[in-house]
Amino acid sequence: MIILENVHKSFGSLKVLKGVNLTVHEGEVVSLIGASGSGKSTLLYCINGLEKIDSGRVTVDGTDVHAKGTDINKLRQKLGTVFQQWNSFPHLTALENVALAPRVVSKLDKAAAREVAAAQLERVGLKDKFDHYPSQMSGGQQQRLAIARALAMKPDYMLFDEATSALDPELVTEVLDTMRMLASDGMTMIVVTHEMSFARDVSDRVAFFKQGVLAEIGPAREVMESPKDPDLQRFLSSSTR
Amino acid sequence: MTPVFTSLQWSDLLFLLEGAWNTILISVVAIILGSVLGAIIGWLMSLKNTALNLTMMSIIDVFRSVPLLIQLILFDSFVAIAGFPLPPFFSGTIVLTVYTAALVAGVARAGIEAVPPTLRAAARCLGLSYFQELRYVTFPVGLRTAFPSWLGVALATVKDSALVSAIGYVELLRASQILNTRTQESVKIMLLVGVLYFALSYPLSLLGSRYEKKMASNDHP
Repeated sequence: MIILENVHKSFGSLKVLKGVNLTVHEGEVVSLIGASGSGKSTLLYCINGLEKIDSGRVTVDGTDVHAKGTDINKLRQKLGTVFQQWNSFPHLTALENVALAPRVVSKLDKAAAREVAAAQLERVGLKDKFDHYPSQMSGGQQQRLAIARALAMKPDYMLFDEATSALDPELVTEVLDTMRMLASDGMTMIVVTHEMSFARDVSDRVAFFKQGVLAEIGPAREVMESPKDPDLQRFLSSSTR
Repeated sequence: MTPVFTSLQWSDLLFLLEGAWNTILISVVAIILGSVLGAIIGWLMSLKNTALNLTMMSIIDVFRSVPLLIQLILFDSFVAIAGFPLPPFFSGTIVLTVYTAALVAGVARAGIEAVPPTLRAAARCLGLSYFQELRYVTFPVGLRTAFPSWLGVALATVKDSALVSAIGYVELLRASQILNTRTQESVKIMLLVGVLYFALSYPLSLLGSRYEKKMASNDHP
């Protein structure tokens, strides 16, 4: 369970998070929607410790992410993160990309790490790309590689930060399908997205982010089809998909 | 009456080769130690700590702007005056190492800073510690950017090592000067020395182009 309690965060004088409360249960898929630059990504980074928080509390399975004694490297193994930029390691093949963390962090031997990597690459449909370098792969394939890389650490949660925003339109589907597959496998996911159909059809709950707070949160269909917040109504009617 | 000058003999080639070996010795040590030291300094500079950077930059600027020849003579004289005279090989290696490190530092820093911050963040998100990320991601990825410049520094070090002759280390250039004085056959000797320097540097640049080709092959399918 991921719990955010009254989380505040600012960059200089710019207040990005102004008291965010959110609880995400096991097996749940929560989509965060809202205008660009509203702080949705920052919220994700406060969960995996990439950003520090000013006040409040973030706990993952009872561990305080921002407490002094927390082993953040250990905690991050529970939290897979996929970014907008796919961030493939350019000097490693697809298989080596996925096997790196199991080998270095989980200390698996080379053969075991490759086995884990191969299984995850197969899962995201990259069975025929094991020995390809990222430069030989499309954006969609690289983003699926990033998903496989995160999955190889056997995370309990997956955080997606606009995973499809940097992709060419024709490559979006394959990544969304992979995310759908994860959701149907029961993965707990927090998804920052501009894909309204994904938010409506795949998530259990949708949260609308506005001016540093979650202005509206509820069951996906309810929020997407009968929004109460006037800004959310405007936002949804201006979103094409 | 014995002649003042004696002509070149086969044993002189051995003398030159011995000089070449000494050039290799001092260059290899200076390149390896200088690269390690320079990489550490470059990494420290990439941390963007203002006070640390200012200190590092000013020290580096001193080593980069004072001619190597002067550094060699000053250092060699200072240790002697201070009562710890060092054999030319050691004082030469120390100065050449620091000089190389000062040049490598800038190259290493540029390489590290060329690695996108989100790539580093992605690695950290997989659970890699700061130093694991540095070792497995930033270092190899940054090396691709830094390698051509590093190779330039390494090749320059081989040639700059000739200056160590000024403090009495008999490397290739010094050996040739000694032969020159004895035989007065400077053209032949210089030709030979040129060939030997080429033979020393060429494998390094060959190694370099092979490495670059290997990296290029996984950049462009």
